[in-house]
This record gives sequence, C-alpha cells and structure tokens, in this order.
Amino acid sequence: MNDLIFFFNQAVIGGVVLGSIYALGAVGVTLIFGILRFAHFAHGDMMTMGGFIAFVLAGVVAGLGIAFPLPIGFVVLPFAMVIAAALALGIDKGFYAPLRARGAKPVTLLIASIGVTMMIQGLIRLFFGVGTYSFFDSEPKKLFRIDVPIEGVTRPISFSEPQLLLVIATIIAVVALHYFLTRSRLGKGMRAMADNPDLAKVSGINTKLVVRVTWVIAGALACLAGTMLALDVSLKPDLAFNIVLPIFAAAILGGLGHAYGAIAGGFVLGFAETLAVFNWSVLLRPFRDLLWFDIPNSLTLVQSEYKLTVAFVILVVVLLVRPTGIFKGASS
Amino acid sequence: MTLRYLGLFAALFALIVGVGVFMGTPFTVRLLVEAFAFALIAMGLNIQWGFGGLFNFGILGMLMVGGYAVTFISYPINASFWSSEGPLYLGRTLLAAGIGAVLIFFAHRVQRFGITGKWRGAVIVLAWFVAYVIFRSQMDPAASYITSTAGWVGGLGLPVLLGWAFGGVLAGLIGYLVGKVSLGLRADYLAIATIGIAEILRAVLKNLEWLTRGTLTVSPIPWPVPNPQAYQAGGADATTSFILARGGFLAVVVVIVLIALFLIHRAYLGPWGRMMRAIRDNHIAAGSMGKDVTGRQLEIFVFGSVLMGIGGAILVSFVGIYDPSSYQPINHTFLIWVMLIVGGAGNNFGALFGGLFIYIVWMLSEPMAQALFNGLSNFSSEMGWGAIPDIESRAVQMRVFVMGLIVTIALRFAPRGLLPETISRKG
Repeated sequence: MNDLIFFFNQAVIGGVVLGSIYALGAVGVTLIFGILRFAHFAHGDMMTMGGFIAFVLAGVVAGLGIAFPLPIGFVVLPFAMVIAAALALGIDKGFYAPLRARGAKPVTLLIASIGVTMMIQGLIRLFFGVGTYSFFDSEPKKLFRIDVPIEGVTRPISFSEPQLLLVIATIIAVVALHYFLTRSRLGKGMRAMADNPDLAKVSGINTKLVVRVTWVIAGALACLAGTMLALDVSLKPDLAFNIVLPIFAAAILGGLGHAYGAIAGGFVLGFAETLAVFNWSVLLRPFRDLLWFDIPNSLTLVQSEYKLTVAFVILVVVLLVRPTGIFKGASS
Repeated sequence: MTLRYLGLFAALFALIVGVGVFMGTPFTVRLLVEAFAFALIAMGLNIQWGFGGLFNFGILGMLMVGGYAVTFISYPINASFWSSEGPLYLGRTLLAAGIGAVLIFFAHRVQRFGITGKWRGAVIVLAWFVAYVIFRSQMDPAASYITSTAGWVGGLGLPVLLGWAFGGVLAGLIGYLVGKVSLGLRADYLAIATIGIAEILRAVLKNLEWLTRGTLTVSPIPWPVPNPQAYQAGGADATTSFILARGGFLAVVVVIVLIALFLIHRAYLGPWGRMMRAIRDNHIAAGSMGKDVTGRQLEIFVFGSVLMGIGGAILVSFVGIYDPSSYQPINHTFLIWVMLIVGGAGNNFGALFGGLFIYIVWMLSEPMAQALFNGLSNFSSEMGWGAIPDIESRAVQMRVFVMGLIVTIALRFAPRGLLPETISRKG
C-alpha cells in the first residue's frame, strides 16, 4: 500500500499539477488560434510576464505588511490578471492588429509573434536579470499531509498549498470558461467566429470585440498559469519558454481551436510526462516473489533528462497520425 | 533597384570599416567570420522559406548536428575508447537497433498477413515498444560503460574541411527525416513540428555524454588554417597572429559562401528555381502541371539543411569548442529568421545582406547598450537615484529586445525586406 501512495504522490499529483498548467496555457493558445488563425508563439512569454507582474505586486503588498491566510502571490493574482489582460490587448494593438489590417497571412503573424517573444524576453531579463526568484522568501510554503486510514500504511498523501490552489483555480477557470462559451452572447459569438469568421461577421457579431475579448481571456489565463507555475516551482525569466512547446503539443493534441480539447490535451500530456519518468519498479516490488525475473532498480520508460522530450514525441506522433487532434479541431 | 543594392552593400562596407576603426581589427575579423557563417545559414533558410515557402523553426537542430559532425571528424582520436570494449558494445547496440528496425518494418506490413484496421495499429504500437525496449537494453549498458572507462567516443582526427562537408551531409540526412515526417503539414503545424524535433535533437545531443561529452564540452577543435598559436610559435606578436589566423579562416569561409551563392543563384534563375517558385506560389496549380510537389519540397528542405549544417560546422570550428548546452532557440533559430526577414526572403543577396548586417547589429548592440546604460547610470547617480546594478549582464539581454523590435518593425513597414525578391516577367 505504501508503494501505491508513493505512486499517487509522485505520478497522480504530479500529473494533475503539470496537466493543469498545460491546460491553462493551451486554452489561451487554442482560443487565439481559433479566432485569429495563427499560432501565437509569444504565449509562453506572456505566462512569464504574468508571473513577474504577480511577483512585483506581491512584493508591494508584502512591503505594506498586510498578512493573509493564503500565499500573497495568490492573493494579488486577480489584479495581476487584469494587468496582464491589458498588456495582451496592448500587444495585439501594437503588433498584430496593424498586420491583420493589412491583410497579412497568418504565417506573417506567426513570425511577428516570434518578434514579440524576443521583445518580452529581452525586457524581462533587462529588469529582472537571469536569476531565480521565489514567492516564498518571506513566508513558508505550507505542506499538507493526509494520513490514510488503512492498516499498515505509514506514508501520508502529501502536496503543497500552491498545488491545491492551482487545481482549484484551474477548475474555476475551466467551469467559468465553459459557461462563458456556452451561455453568454459574447461566448457564443466567439465560437461562431471560430467556426466561420465571414458568416459570423455578416450575422452581426462584433468581430473586433470578439478579438479583444479573446486577448483578454488569453492574457488573464496566461497570467494565472504563469503565476501558479511560479508559486509551485520558482520564477525564472526562461520559465515558460520551456513550456510553450508542451502547451502547443497539448493544444494540437486536443485539436487546435478546440477549447475543451486543449484542456484534455493538457492533462494527457501532464500525465504522460510524469508517468514516463516514474520508476515503475516501485510498483512491482510488492510482487517480487511472484515474478520470474529480478526487478531492476530503475525501470523508467525514459530517463528524467528527457522528460520534456516526451511531449515533443507525442506531438510529432499526433501530427503524423491524426493532425486534427483527438477532437476534430479547426483546421483550414 | 541596382542603386539600392549598391547603396546597401556600400553602407554595409562602411559599417564594417567603422567597426574596424572603433573596435580594432582582430575583433572585426572575428565578427566577419561569424557573420559570413550566419549568412550561409540564412541562405539555407532562404532556400527553404524563400524558394519553397517551407517553414523551418528547427534551424538550431541542424546547427547542432553540423557542429557535432565537425567535432567527430576533426577532433583527435581517443585511443582509450578504441582499445576498450566500447566499440563492441556499440556494435551490439547497432545490432539491437537493426533488429528493432526490422521488427517495425514488418509490423508496418502486417496487412499482407490479413491483419488490418485496429489490429494493425496495435501491432505497430507493440512493435515500436518492443524495439524500444530491445534498443534500451543494449544502449544503457553501452553508454554507462563508455562514460566510465573512456569518457567518450572521441573524434577521428581527419581534416576539418571534410568535417564541414560531413556536417552538411549529416544535417541533410536529418533534414530528409524531418521533411519526410512533417512536410505534409500546414505552415503553423510545420513550424511547431520542426521546433519540436529540434528540441528533441537538442535534448538528445546534450544528454548523450558518451557521444558528445554533453555538458562537459569538447575543446579545442582544430582549425582548417593555421591558428593564432601557430603564428605565435613562428614569432608573431599576439595582435598580428590573431589578425593573420582569423584572416585566413575568413578567406576560407568567404570562398565557401561565394561558391554557395553562385550555385544557388544559378539554380534560382534556372528552370529548377522557376519550378520551385511555382510550387511555392500555388502548389495545386504546380501539382496539376505534373510537378511532384512533396518530392520537390523534400529536395528543397534537404538542400537548405545542408547549408545550415555546413554553417553550424564552421561556427563550431571557429569557436573551437562544442558545447551542446550553448545552443538557444533565440540565438540559433529566431536570429536567423530575423536575418532573412530583414534582408528579404526569396532573394539570395537579401539573405547574404541580412545575415551579415543583422549579425553585426546583434554583436554591436551589446557594447552600445552597455554604453547607454553607463550613461543612464551616471545620470541617475548624479540625480541621487543611485546607479543601475549589474549593467554588464543586463546589456547582453538588450540585444534580444532590439532584435524583436527590428523584426516587428520590418514586418510592419518593409514586409518584403530591404532587398525584395525581384519577379521578372519576361518571355
């Protein structure tokens, strides 16, 4: 039983945490793709930027000396999300909208998003250097340990407070997004525009407003994901650059342009990564008397150095076998 | 148009002379060697994106492969590896890989034995899994044996120019595989697929310590021409030796770039280039005229990759150190895109100009940002606000921002680049 709890702590909790972060990022990517038809590469850097906005706000609040029962980084998150959404709108206005107005091809927008990536990265490193920051310098990171009420189990289920908050925040964000997309007028307009932009326009949907709302949602979710990732691990300027490809992999896996698919894809990839580097011999050890072979000490599918590679391999396989993703996405 | 070419290249020449006056000749010659290598890589990307309209975000992978190729060919032989049982272990690994490949080959053909549909899929997945397990069972002991006894495989001690050629061949081979896998995809998907494959290559080359020494890095990698130490041994002083040695290297690189430019431009103007442009502009029409669209695109992808591999090999030999962890998407993929977009996609001279010009701007924006920050810092400390901390490490980051700004401005105000592709309509 202890080994099973170990499996739960390592693989299940790890998978849920990683999957939530991928899902939050992938939803933004997939919404932008659905509405504007281009792969927004700067999304990872928008996540990092959101994380740093929250970090600065948390520093200000901590300087005021107000105490909260929750981590300060989490308390300031709504304000950070508003700022990040405004910045996302500004980026669109400054760099993408003029290109769209000229009628540029989506590929041009993709190249422009690389330019935006470089600008955001340069600015973040200019102000914050290349060091690592932690939200928990001034306050301790709370850990939860839940004892399992079964005979002979000594190992508790353990996870940290940011991980719990991350999962709760993801659930809230996903449910809110679901209601927004299915119940509100604007959300329905968004889905209509993702399906057929021209038809949406002639039906009287305010497409400019839809584009703006898309950026607001994507920016806010990117900030949420970036901050939660930073709370869970630590804040680095190249934090999200490593994660932007798994996020794209998740979005493609779920079918680009398909919001629910992106969430599913995020969790699939999160679990795939943690399960691939999990040491399966731990689970086999209780049965060592029944097995005909010796269990090696390390029985992982891939070495942990290649953890990120798992996402890319899945990405390549999906692109080859089923480029439209698990759920058929928008592919024009 | 001719005036524009003359003006821009004259301005570039003036810029280089200016850099030479202010920063010293040894620095300028070094800058030019690297700039020409990057120009070669930009020309490779121009073949892929400019001629063929194929999106490649995996340039980094080609550069890494080229760099490894020259390291392997030109680095001295590691005797302790060849006298150990390492080659035997590697032979067994190769055998295991062969068995796995045969297994996969037959699994893909099980429909001949009446296994179709979902069952065929299951058999293929199973075959891949079994092949992977067989391969890992031989690879892991081989890797740990080699790293513990000999350290790493070492090189072959052959001439450097052969290494550059091998870099091109190896990168072309990888390009063939990448193209085979991903060329059926639309632009956005192709971008993500290539960047994903490049990241896989990066992770693999970084972690294969028995093959590349990983983070331990390999140095010194020999030069194709006498290096500064050789001149110093002949009695030359430090500055002269650097100028002579780097000048010799520069001559070799410039000759290679000029040969490549001549050949590519002839191909571009010939029927082959016309066919490629037809495929780029309307692949459906080209296909209906009987052109093999996918085959030609694969051809273009391989050609571009060869140039990238040679460029990557030149860079590694010039720096003299192979460090897999020094490859970054910004410095080795996006920078080259900036070069091509600013120079002018589709125009070989645009790629050459963009490569040289952007690399010089990239290298110069660091000292310039440093000077700017020093000025600002002096100003703010005089005003009593205190100086700016860690100017040096921050100034390095400034150039990333400058590049981002340049590419967004170029896309907005000169979307076809400084030297746009000229479309001739004669005949």
